[in-house]
Amino acid sequence: MRTAPILTTALLTTATALPLGAADIYGRVTLKGTPPPEKKIEFDALCGKLHTKDAFTRHYVVSPDGGLANVFVYIKETPAGSKPPTDTPVLDQVNCFYEPYVMGVRTNQPFKIKNSDPLMHNVHATPKVAGNKEFNVGQPVQGMVTEKSFPNREVLVRFKCDVHPWMFAYVGVLDHQWFAVTDKDGKFKLPGDLPAGTYTLVAYHLKAGEATQQITVTASDKKEVNFTLAAK
Amino acid sequence: MTVADTSSRWLTRYAALCAVATLGLIGIGGLVTSRGAGLAVPDWPTSYGYNMFALPIRFWQGGIFYEHTHRLWASVVGTLVVFLSRWLGGHRARRPLALIGLTELLAGLALVAGPPDLKGAGHFLAGIGGVVLLAAAVWARNEPAPGRLPTLGWAAFWLVQLQGLLGGLRVVWLADEIGVFHGVLAQGFLFLLVAVAVLSSAWWRRLSAATVSPALRRWLGVATGLVVLQLVLGATMRHRHAGLAVPDFPLAYGRVWPRTDPEAIAGYNRQRIEVHAARPIAATDVWLHMLHRLGAAATLLTVTAAAWKARRALAPGHPLRRTALAWLALVATQFALGALTVWTNKAADVATAHVVLGSLALVTGGLTCLLAGRRSPEAAANARAASDPSPDRPARPAWSAAT
Repeated sequence: MRTAPILTTALLTTATALPLGAADIYGRVTLKGTPPPEKKIEFDALCGKLHTKDAFTRHYVVSPDGGLANVFVYIKETPAGSKPPTDTPVLDQVNCFYEPYVMGVRTNQPFKIKNSDPLMHNVHATPKVAGNKEFNVGQPVQGMVTEKSFPNREVLVRFKCDVHPWMFAYVGVLDHQWFAVTDKDGKFKLPGDLPAGTYTLVAYHLKAGEATQQITVTASDKKEVNFTLAAK
Repeated sequence: MTVADTSSRWLTRYAALCAVATLGLIGIGGLVTSRGAGLAVPDWPTSYGYNMFALPIRFWQGGIFYEHTHRLWASVVGTLVVFLSRWLGGHRARRPLALIGLTELLAGLALVAGPPDLKGAGHFLAGIGGVVLLAAAVWARNEPAPGRLPTLGWAAFWLVQLQGLLGGLRVVWLADEIGVFHGVLAQGFLFLLVAVAVLSSAWWRRLSAATVSPALRRWLGVATGLVVLQLVLGATMRHRHAGLAVPDFPLAYGRVWPRTDPEAIAGYNRQRIEVHAARPIAATDVWLHMLHRLGAAATLLTVTAAAWKARRALAPGHPLRRTALAWLALVATQFALGALTVWTNKAADVATAHVVLGSLALVTGGLTCLLAGRRSPEAAANARAASDPSPDRPARPAWSAAT
């Protein structure tokens, strides 16, 4: 008898697809264990002039109480009801660093890559998913802006500057709006209006790896979801 | 001293100059990859939209300095080698050079007018076509170099252009695989130029042939093959841009042989703090690294055995015996540099020295094979006579400028 599972699946699909209500998801990602120490960056002469203090790599940015920054948190499925993006995210190059280090965009959403430095950079995106095209463009002049977009979902696309090889950043590309990047305290909050249903919430960090949780949200639900990732 | 001798001496010096320039180019290429600067100039053959030779000095910053210097130096090597092939081919090379130069120039101009993706290749072809036409315009009516030297000259002529094209396409097509091929071909190209310098030299002609046993030839051949294999592995590792896949030596992640299961690889990546934009390592990177270590040990042992056998079989002072010993010293130093590369976390200067010494190890290994395969003048003359139907062919080299 195969009717029952099919019906169940159909009902579940309907339940998750219909925007019966909207929920808010928020929480925190913490790091367990001691991460390896970050390394000091040896700038070249020009970039060195932009820094008065030593600068370090940003693999593990952890708050004193263990909050892990730069974790990309997102709904794995593609919930119905995403609104078209209205903003244009910016990946900036400031003082020979990419800012932010991790950010998210929507598929086919144009985003800007800006050179705010008084020196030249190149912007080299290295996506791996078919259809997302690798590109390498020069930005020799301060204030230059290049607009790009990716057609397919990919977590995460690496950006780097080959002129200054310590410069790299990551952009998550999703086909819906429910994603966030943890702040310096490890906190995140997904955009509201997540339709009621059951989802897989993913917390992905470049170094500490991935953790997932199944969540079921109902209309106007406010749900706290916390993750713990390990440094070892 | 005859005019022919003088001309031969200058030809040898010129070929040696080409080889030294190529070794320098390989060194700069090594710096480019060691510093992760391969794509610091995103366009080709232009540089940030400028004619390559007119990029303002103020733009030569960061990784651009290495990449741009590599391109300029490559242009010098390309020009030197085109003229070397003209010298080796003698006056008979003028017509084919003119035809090739014209064809490249026209094809290049056609590509410039074609699809945007091919514009770069078009500029490159048109540019090198101009250089080839210049070489064809050299008026000297010198005779071709003897033996197979003109053929080697033509091989160098095509290879240097292919190398330039591969280097450029690696930039515009963003293809790492091309980088691997580009890196390995450079080493073979260097050996070709060294071979031209050696084979055209008076030293080579004066050299008395010694009987080298087939067993010793096999040892030398196998050892040279291992060096080539090591170069291929090394180039593949470098162009995967994963940084140092195994951070300790002589152990590997504290073990004799590291784990390569997904859990272990994830653990390695968690503990890596890369300063540069290296991508996370995969099991393939660890395997390549370990194979390179095994290959290094095998190469060192094989070269030691070959040098030992040469020492026992050949008289003191024999060039092959001396070359084999020099080769052993080079390979031993290269082994130590490999370890130093790991201990310094792949410091750019150390890793680059490792690349340069690898090239020299290939050249020296190739030289031992050349020396071991050298026939006596009588045997060479007999072979020439058997393959050449013309009875009037001059027996003496005659690649001097015609009088």
